[in-house]
Amino acid sequence: MDLISQLFILALSIFLGFALITRVPPLLHTPLMSEANAICGIIIVGALAAAGTDANSPLTIFLGTGAVALATFNVIGGYLVTERMLKMFKKKG
Amino acid sequence: MNTAFATNFVYIISSVLFAFGLKFLGSPVTARRGNILSSIGMLLAVLATLFNGHIISFQWIAIGIIIGGSLGALVAFKAAMTQMPEMIALLHGCGAMASVFVDWTAYQVHGTTDLTNAITLYLSIVIGGLTVTGSGIAWGKLSENIPGKPIVFTGQKWLNTALIASIVILGVLFIMHPARYDLFLMILGLSLVFGVFIVIPIGGADMPVVISVLNSYSGIVACTTGFVIHNTLLIVVGSLVGANGMILSIIMCKAMNRSIGNVIFGAFGSVVKKAGGDEKKEAKAMSVEDAFLIIENAKSVVFIPGYGMAVAQAQHAVRELSEFLEKNGCDVKYAIHPVAGRMPGHMNVLLAEANIPYDQLLEMDAINPLMDTVDVAIIIGANDVVNPASRHDKSSPIYGMPIINADKAKTVFVLKRSMATGFAGIENELFYYENTRMIFGDAKQTIQALVAEFKSSQH
Repeated sequence: MDLISQLFILALSIFLGFALITRVPPLLHTPLMSEANAICGIIIVGALAAAGTDANSPLTIFLGTGAVALATFNVIGGYLVTERMLKMFKKKG
Repeated sequence: MNTAFATNFVYIISSVLFAFGLKFLGSPVTARRGNILSSIGMLLAVLATLFNGHIISFQWIAIGIIIGGSLGALVAFKAAMTQMPEMIALLHGCGAMASVFVDWTAYQVHGTTDLTNAITLYLSIVIGGLTVTGSGIAWGKLSENIPGKPIVFTGQKWLNTALIASIVILGVLFIMHPARYDLFLMILGLSLVFGVFIVIPIGGADMPVVISVLNSYSGIVACTTGFVIHNTLLIVVGSLVGANGMILSIIMCKAMNRSIGNVIFGAFGSVVKKAGGDEKKEAKAMSVEDAFLIIENAKSVVFIPGYGMAVAQAQHAVRELSEFLEKNGCDVKYAIHPVAGRMPGHMNVLLAEANIPYDQLLEMDAINPLMDTVDVAIIIGANDVVNPASRHDKSSPIYGMPIINADKAKTVFVLKRSMATGFAGIENELFYYENTRMIFGDAKQTIQALVAEFKSSQH
């Protein structure tokens, strides 16, 4: 995809982010942050490509595997801890 | 239908699910559904990438997923709610490091393809590098493995200026000669060093801002990596996370009445403390027994918790006390200042953990208009966020900071160990007000003693 379409997507996504996140109440700001960590683990799609190509040098193997491990840590850790926190928020009665 | 089209189509679905996930976080009722939708989006994106035909070897992927996944699950289940800020800092650092590794692999395997590629690669490793070590230091400070006090030394400004200048100059050289591997490594190395020096002068009280800023950076890095490896999904998600961190940083700064630049470049601890020797003011102490007589007759009580409450692990005792108060026909609420705790929203999580219903947790702006009607405000482990000096004392370093107007309540109880000052090192005039009573001692024990009074009065 060419650069200009990517910049288009960037601009619109930033607006989308602002629109969505300003609606999150301060009550949920900590789970919001851990949720953001979890989705930031989307770097895993780049990591999979890095680790899954025909690995040739020890450096690329290390970087690829490391990237997959770190991104998975974010995804699993982020979603689970968000779930753990959200489960605690109860209404009265 | 070719596989590239199919993969991108799934990526679009994932982006939509992530957006819905964030939208559903708009209310505690739908939040869990949002988290599940978001995780489905993640799973779809991973599956689409695994089976798009470009991946030919799976053994290293399997090893990475097993290591990362098991550690992630372990940390997520073991972390106490008081440790949430350090957990989040750790996740920021890991996300940024994963991005840097992906950038590095792309550079190692393909080199740079054109000018834009070189520029985005440069930005990505600089922001990524400083986020990795910055988050590491933030994690160390929050977990108290490194002293939380600002670390300042002479020549710090010059050192930072030199670091920034070198990173910029090397960057220009690198963009002109993108094949120079040595420049790539030097830029990465200096960015890592710079991350350390950005965070060490920042004190514990400013951590909510630091965490939010790093959150924003971790999103920006995902975004720039998206440009490096031409992945639209990374650009979308990186922007969402970047916007998230930015908004939270602004909210935190407003709540502290400071600019982001002021937090990052001016160590709060360096505020000159007012010389002592003011006229001797007398704070009025009160015993637990007398305090009980007051809250027993109160029609409305507001608890104002600060991080000190979490340190004393008093939240469960507080919930017990509020249940007795409610049985007694009293209206109980909690007033939450935006910077109470060590990260945005931290206090709400700590109180929710103690089974306090979230409809009793009121934000500062919601509770302040009601403070006049409150019989008793009980301040537990909070200090600067209830200091009325911020409203009128122009010489005070916290002048202009929005506060919870605890002093407007008919009676104010301050639970405190001693007359020591808060994070900002400022004397709190509220302690000397006519309607304020100090209850000295460990906050948890004081609350438990009040609970015991309620229990014995019922027999």
